Amino acid sequence: MYDVVIIGAGVTGSAVARELSRYQLKTLVLEREEDVCCGTSKANSAIVHAGFDAAPGSMKAVMNVRGSKKMKALSEELDFPYKQNGSLVLCFQESDIPKLEELRERGEKNGVEGLEIVTGKRIWEMEPNLSPDVKAMLYAPTGGIVCPFKLTIAMAENANVNGVEFSFDTCVEDIRAMEGGYRITTGKGVVETKCVVNAAGVYADVWNNKVSERKLSITPRKGEYCLLDKKAGDFVYHTVFQLPTKMGKGVLITPTVHGNLLVGPTAEDIEDKEGVNTTAQGLEKVASQARLSAGEVPLRMVITSFAGLRATEKGEDFILGEAPDAPGFFNAAGIESPGLSSAPAIGEYLAELIAEKLQAKKKENFISKREDIPCVAEASPEEIQALIAKDPAYGNVICRCETVTEGEIVNAIRRPLGARSLDGVKRRTRAGMGRCQAGFCSPRTMEILAREWKTSPLTLTKAGGDSRLLTGEK
Amino acid sequence: MTETRELICINCPLGCGLTVTLKDKEVVKVEGNTCPKGEAYGKKEVTDPTRIVTSTVRVSGGVLPVVSVKTASDIPKGKIMDCAEALKSVQVQAPVAAGDVVLENVCGTGVSVIATKNVSAA
Amino acid sequence: MKNTFDLIIVGGGPAGLAAGIQAKKAGVEDLLILERDHELGGILNQCIHNGFGLHTFKEELTGPEYAQRYIDQAMELEIPYKLNTMVLDIAREGNEKIVTIMNREDGLVFLRTKAVILAMGCRERPRGALNIPGYRPAGIYTAGTAQRLVNMEGYMPGREVVILGSGDIGLIMARRMTLEGAKVKVVAELMPYSGGLQRNIVQCLEDFHIPLKLSHTVVDIRGKERVTGITIAQVDENRKPIPGTEEFYSCDTLLLSCGLIPENELSGKLGARLSPVTSGPVVNESLETSVEGVFACGNVLHVHDLVDYVSEEAGRAGSHAAEYIRDWDKDRSRDNKENAVRIQTEGGIRYSVPQMIRPEHMEDTVTVRFRVGRVFQDVYVSVYRGEERILHKKRRKMAPGEMEQLVLKKSDLTAAGGLDKIVMKVEEA
Repeated sequence: MYDVVIIGAGVTGSAVARELSRYQLKTLVLEREEDVCCGTSKANSAIVHAGFDAAPGSMKAVMNVRGSKKMKALSEELDFPYKQNGSLVLCFQESDIPKLEELRERGEKNGVEGLEIVTGKRIWEMEPNLSPDVKAMLYAPTGGIVCPFKLTIAMAENANVNGVEFSFDTCVEDIRAMEGGYRITTGKGVVETKCVVNAAGVYADVWNNKVSERKLSITPRKGEYCLLDKKAGDFVYHTVFQLPTKMGKGVLITPTVHGNLLVGPTAEDIEDKEGVNTTAQGLEKVASQARLSAGEVPLRMVITSFAGLRATEKGEDFILGEAPDAPGFFNAAGIESPGLSSAPAIGEYLAELIAEKLQAKKKENFISKREDIPCVAEASPEEIQALIAKDPAYGNVICRCETVTEGEIVNAIRRPLGARSLDGVKRRTRAGMGRCQAGFCSPRTMEILAREWKTSPLTLTKAGGDSRLLTGEK
Repeated sequence: MTETRELICINCPLGCGLTVTLKDKEVVKVEGNTCPKGEAYGKKEVTDPTRIVTSTVRVSGGVLPVVSVKTASDIPKGKIMDCAEALKSVQVQAPVAAGDVVLENVCGTGVSVIATKNVSAA
Repeated sequence: MKNTFDLIIVGGGPAGLAAGIQAKKAGVEDLLILERDHELGGILNQCIHNGFGLHTFKEELTGPEYAQRYIDQAMELEIPYKLNTMVLDIAREGNEKIVTIMNREDGLVFLRTKAVILAMGCRERPRGALNIPGYRPAGIYTAGTAQRLVNMEGYMPGREVVILGSGDIGLIMARRMTLEGAKVKVVAELMPYSGGLQRNIVQCLEDFHIPLKLSHTVVDIRGKERVTGITIAQVDENRKPIPGTEEFYSCDTLLLSCGLIPENELSGKLGARLSPVTSGPVVNESLETSVEGVFACGNVLHVHDLVDYVSEEAGRAGSHAAEYIRDWDKDRSRDNKENAVRIQTEGGIRYSVPQMIRPEHMEDTVTVRFRVGRVFQDVYVSVYRGEERILHKKRRKMAPGEMEQLVLKKSDLTAAGGLDKIVMKVEEA
């Protein structure tokens, strides 16, 4: 019997897993996909929000500000890319300036530091490419950007190193309360546990509603994005928002931590919890909305587009903590934006609640640090030479666009919770993330995957399941 | 009976548009070609069309898993798929040199299939 | 390893090989070809179909055979080369260039050279750049990636195929997949004309009854894990899909053959001026980029249809690089770029290569290659020197998919009077 079973290995589930791994608890993470970070966590704006947006006193506000403040230290401890580039909220009409003021006041109530309203020439001194129609903007210096894959992977890996088990390709089919806990039926068998953490993203309502009468209702809200070439990466320095509407924070333009430019998202409520397709209308909307902020945004430099689903709960706030009528069943539900920013805080909050409930003691041998895969593209010549001296595979470039070497790919496969698919390798190393979008490197990466996992290339997938890359021998 | 056929010459990248006139199934005229090859192609294409077939066959014990091959000369167009099918079961042992015959008299055409690349033994 | 050279050639495909052979013949002894793959020959190794070499060798060869002819010559001339080696950077240091390379054996090494020939070839436009809406399942490949999987690795990327784009590789792969037992259901082309050669439409599509739908594009990709189907629709004259014309094809694979782009990363990093039309460097009559002593040829310069022209062009780059090295100690201050005359292209001509000519530097003639922006029939291509027409050539047919060329004479360009511009244009008969 497990002490805790976490449903979902997205950023929230992984954060809870990592924080729980500080305690003497037997913890298991169930993930229906073949890897961590396969749902909402992989397709979002990759922003660490400053925290001025959420209503004061809401869980969103509390967790966002707390999570955002933790992010820098966490990025150093777990070695993932994070940058505080500051964010801007643009206002295009004089009459809307009071709304900016309101946003600033809200931010101050939430505890966001350094907020400032910028007007006049300074707007374009800060961001020369912004539209001449900008009348004023809110500047939040604590806003940041993060690699959502690496954040999630780092927390999950670290949890795993500290003893948390992960079971992939394991879809939860049913949850029933039992004496002293829960019985979870999965596609791979039954597990019993004292506590459950429901971090199932857009499906969190389904599992909550199995055990609790306080019903949740989660609507997937689709967001479509365009990712632009690194050549466009310095188009803006800050993350540029528009004044938020009821449907979200509007279309933003932001650099990514890896130096691309990201534009999006749209916001459309849909029925299909798997509906991550992009649409012609959606992509057009991204383009036209982005041009409001900066008319010259170089959209023809797009290298890929994608869509993600925000798990919007009808109450529009995070549902965090033990369900009132289901002891031991802890929700982390309705985690839409600012879920990524909040993850470190949500992890800590839930882990503390669970530890208290189970009277768990902290481990003495908790390993708090984790080292990422060496990155040849960003290393100095001396560092590269040292890497190659240790392992010549670091001299063999596989992905020409992002300069990812065989050594990095092998490392990504062999490390804890190692990559098993092309996308798994991509999220860990960026191989295939560049402007040719894996046209060049995928046959080569497949060869390495097959060799390392001692399998035929015919079994390899893009992202697990039936996403097979090849259909047979010629 | 006279009929005309519109073709595009495939001899070279120029892709000349040919008009072939037939009388009682005999070619009487080829127009639109820029060179003699075009005329020959026009005549042949309406009476006995042929193609070079290129493919690969499996190699065992080589540095590469497959070796590229071609028919040593053109074969009847109607035999292209049969030829491709016949090559599926062919496996050669490395080393292979360009020009080596990998399959003789493919599908009874009298034409051999030959390797177009060297593959050394692993 | 030795780390100073007279000439470094980046790329060991058809361009790099021909450039190296010609440079060596022209007297460059101290040269090195760098190749990132495990063998020389470049993309020709996966182009197993025939049709190469008609111009150069007066016979039809397959890609590997064509490559081998050049590899044999390079071996005979004992031209040094390094395989499995990636060039990470090229930078200037005075007149010299520093080429940063990396491989397993030597690690990261900085090479110093007098001249560089860029011969990295081109890459395919991926799905992302086309912004095709839909899901992102497995089973979407560029035609070239599929070609590598089938012809080099011996694997089939799919069984039921829709192809977007009628570029030559797409057409060739339609036939190739068919021969290997796959069903190619349709080739959709956005433009009202094919992007590939006519002969390939005949022998790759028509021979196998594969329909080609011009003015069509993919409007949806279905399948959450592997492709399960593709919807195509007709487009209007602005290339926008026309509602109501959608057709669904069930399939497991989408191949993309939607254009090639010169691999211009190194050229750009080096600071060579790039042409917004070709995406390759701007060059003068000697195929020298805006960076002195750096030459470009083949598909890295502009995308060719025929390898024969790549070899020919690369040979010229090799000779010019040899001249540059021979004159290394000469004072170059007087052949600055001011003496270069721009070739202005208009009236349907999209670009020319070279884009600049230094009349006093040119040999007796210079071959200018160009592409047109749309299909033309029974027109003239004219070249003006100032107001004076110096060339007027009839063309029965010109199409964007087919590269054109004409030859300019030095005597025409250097006639009395200063030369300030050359204009090339299409003129109606």
